[in-house]
Amino acid sequence: MRVVVCIKQVPDTTEVKINPETNTLMREGVQSIVNPFDEFAIEEGIRIQEKFGGEPIVITMGPPQAEEALKTALAMGCDKAYLVSDRAFAGSDTLATAYTLASAIKKIEQTDGPVDVVLCGKQAIDGDTGQVGPGIAVRMNIPPLTYVSKIREIDPEKKTIIVERLMERGKEVVKCSLPVLITVVKDINSPRYPSLFEIKKAAKKPMIKLGLADIGIPENRTGLKGSPTWVNKVFSPELKSVNGEIFQGDPEECAVKLVDRLINLGKGVSL
Amino acid sequence: MSYVTINKEACIGCGACVDVCPQSALYMKDDKVEVNEKCNLCGACIDACPVNALSIPREIKDSACLADYRGVWVLVEHDGKKPVNVTYELIGEGRKLAEKRNTYVGVVLLGNNVSHMIDDLGSYGADKVFLCQSPVLEHYRTEAYGDVIVDMVKAYKPEIVLSGATTQGRDLAGFVATILETGLTADCTGLDIDENGNLLQTRPAFGGNIMATILCPNTRPQMSTVRPKVFPVPEKTDKKPEVINFDFDFSKITIRTEVLEYLPFEEKISLADAEIIVSGGRGLGKPENFEIIKEFADTIGAAVGASRAAVDAGWISYEHQVGQTGKTVRPKIYIACGISGSVQHLAGMKHSDIIIAINKDPEAPIFKVASFGIVGDVMTIIPLMTKELKKRMNA
Ligand SMILES: Cc1cc2nc3c(=O)[nH]c(=O)nc-3n(C[C@H](O)[C@H](O)[C@H](O)COP(=O)(O)OP(=O)(O)OC[C@H]3O[C@@H](n4cnc5c(N)ncnc54)[C@H](O)[C@@H]3O)c2cc1C
Ligand SMILES: Nc1ncnc2c1ncn2[C@@H]1O[C@H](COP(=O)(O)O)[C@@H](O)[C@H]1O
Repeated sequence: MRVVVCIKQVPDTTEVKINPETNTLMREGVQSIVNPFDEFAIEEGIRIQEKFGGEPIVITMGPPQAEEALKTALAMGCDKAYLVSDRAFAGSDTLATAYTLASAIKKIEQTDGPVDVVLCGKQAIDGDTGQVGPGIAVRMNIPPLTYVSKIREIDPEKKTIIVERLMERGKEVVKCSLPVLITVVKDINSPRYPSLFEIKKAAKKPMIKLGLADIGIPENRTGLKGSPTWVNKVFSPELKSVNGEIFQGDPEECAVKLVDRLINLGKGVSL
Repeated sequence: MSYVTINKEACIGCGACVDVCPQSALYMKDDKVEVNEKCNLCGACIDACPVNALSIPREIKDSACLADYRGVWVLVEHDGKKPVNVTYELIGEGRKLAEKRNTYVGVVLLGNNVSHMIDDLGSYGADKVFLCQSPVLEHYRTEAYGDVIVDMVKAYKPEIVLSGATTQGRDLAGFVATILETGLTADCTGLDIDENGNLLQTRPAFGGNIMATILCPNTRPQMSTVRPKVFPVPEKTDKKPEVINFDFDFSKITIRTEVLEYLPFEEKISLADAEIIVSGGRGLGKPENFEIIKEFADTIGAAVGASRAAVDAGWISYEHQVGQTGKTVRPKIYIACGISGSVQHLAGMKHSDIIIAINKDPEAPIFKVASFGIVGDVMTIIPLMTKELKKRMNA
C-alpha cells in the first residue's frame, strides 16, 4: 500500500487583517502554516500506512520555503518528502497546479512504485477552491472521491475502498476501486502533534527536490503559461452600512421595542 | 520563469505595492521597488500601484476560435425529484449574462427518469434543456456525469458553464474543467461580462479578507461554481423550453465508483430553507447558553445557526455553521446573537433581507449591517424577548 499526501503551505488567514484606513492587506506577523485541511490528509495517510504497512510520501508544490511545511509532515510521521519547486511553476492556477502535481506523482511512481491512494485536503484556505484534488485525479486517470469524512474499509487484496462522503444534506457511502484520489474534511480524524523525538528524527528523512526538468513537462503547461485563469483585480470587500435602528439602555425596554419590530417584520413571514 | 514586471521609469517609490503584497515579495531599494523569488504572480500589487508601473507578462491568444462558443449553461443539481434552489438562482443569473451576450440559456439535466423536471426548468427561464437519461446516471457519480458533460460541451460549445458551489457542483466542475483544459473559478459571489465576452468572476480569497476578480480570456467555456443564496430565485413564467436529447454511449467509459447508500441528516428546520435564522456566537460564553437561543428560535419558528467560533468551541455541530467555510444563507430575517460580524461570517449571511444584531459591544462590525439591534447582554435580552413574544402570541 502506497500513499501520497499533497499538502500546501498557506498564509494563516485567521491572522490576515485588512487595514481599515488604507483598505489593504496587513501581512505583518502573518505566519505560513500547513493548510489546516491537509493536516487531516497527513494524519489519514499515516493511519492507512500504519494499518497496511508502507511509508507515506508527502509532496508539495511551492517556493523553496515550502520545505517547512514538508518538515511538519515528516515530523508527524511521513517518511519521505518531495518539494516540487521551480520558477517555471510560479503563477500556476488550479489547472496548472493539478497538472504539475499529477506529473510529479507519476514521476515518483517510477522510483517509489505505484501509488494506491492520493490524499488531499478538501480545499486550501488561501484560495478555497477545492479544485486541485479532482484535477490531479483526472490527470492521473484515477477516480476522485471528494469530501470524505470516513474511510470505512480498504481491501488491499481486491483493491477496493469504501468511504463516507459528507454532503450538504446527508452522507453518501461509496465503493470504489484502487488507485483513488481522496479529499478529506475535518471530521475524518484528529491530527497528531509531533513529539520532540519525531521532530529530531524528521531531520534525517529524505527531502527530494523536483524541478521542471526532473519532472519533464513542457514549460507551457505549467506556471503562468499553463494557467487559463487570470487574476484581474484584487480589492477589499466593502461593507455598506445600513444605518439601522440600534437600541441601547434598559434591557426590558429594548427587548420590547425589538419584539415590536420583529412582529412587524414577521407579518410577511410565518411568525 | 517570470515575476511581476516592474517599469522602473514609472515607479515613484511610494511603496503601496509593498504593503499589499501577500507574499512579501516586493521591497524598496534606492527608492524603487524590487521583486524577489517569493513572487507568485498573484497580481495584488497591480491595482495598488497608483502609476501603473507593475504588470504581469501575459499572452493573449487569437480570439477567433473563441467566437464559436455561444450560450450560457447551468448544470442542474437535483435530488431525483426536483432541482435544488441554486439551480434556479443560476438560471436567473445566467439569463442576465445571456442577454448581454445575445444568446440562450441552456441547462444540463442528467439522471434516470428526470424528464418531469423539464417544464419546471423552462418556467424559471431555461431556453434549452440538454437531457441525458440512463440508469447509469441514477446516482450522481463524478466520472459518469463528468464524461457526459464533457461530450456535450464539445458538441454544443457553450461560452459559459455555471454550477452551484455545492459539494456536487464543485466536484463535477473540477473534473470537467480539467478534462476540457479550461479555466474554472470557484465559489463566485459576483458575475458580470465585459465587452469582449470575458466573464468577470468575483470571489472571496484569503478567508474572505480580500475579493478577487478572475478572468479566463484564452479558453472556452468559461467555467464557474457559484455560491448558493447569493442570487435570487427568478420569477416563474409559463415558457416551454426546447429539449435536446443527448445520446451517450456508456459502454465506452469505465465507472469505478458505486454508491452503496445515502444517509440523510435529521434536521428540524434546515438552515438552507429557513425564513428566519437565529445564530449564536462566542458571546454566548458556554454551550448551555445555546439553549436560550434554541428556545427563542422555537418560539418564532426559526432555524438555529452559529459562528465558527461557537462551532470550534464544540457548542454546536458543524452543520449549523454559517459563513465562508459554513453555509451561505439568505433568510428573510437573520438574528445574530453574540456574533462580532467578521468578514468570514458576513460572507455567509450578508444577503439576508433583514439583519438583527444583539451584542454588548456597540462597536461590533455586525451593527454596520444590522437594520435593528440592541446593545446589551444576550443572556439578558434573549430571555426577555422570548417572554415578551410568548406573551404577545398568547394575547
Ligand atoms: C479561512 C477562514 C474561514 C472562516 N470561516 C468562517 C465561517 O464560515 N463562519 C464564521 O462564523 N466564521 C468563520 N471564520 C472565523 C471568523 O474569522 C471569526 O473568528 C468568527 O466568525 C468569530 O465568531 P464570533 O463572532 O462568534 O466570535 P467573536 O468574534 O469572538 O465575537 C463575539 C461577539 O460577542 C459579543 N459578546 C460577548 N459576550 C456577550 C454577551 N454576553 N452578550 C452580547 N454580546 C456578547 C462580543 O462583543 C463580540 O462582538 C473563518 C476564518 C477563517 C480564517
Ligand atoms: N501547491 C500545492 N502543492 C501540493 N498540494 C496542493 C497544492 N495546491 C493544492 N494542493 C492540494 O489540493 C487541495 C485543494 O487545494 P485547492 O484546490 O487550492 O483549494 C489542498 O488541500 C492540497 O491537498
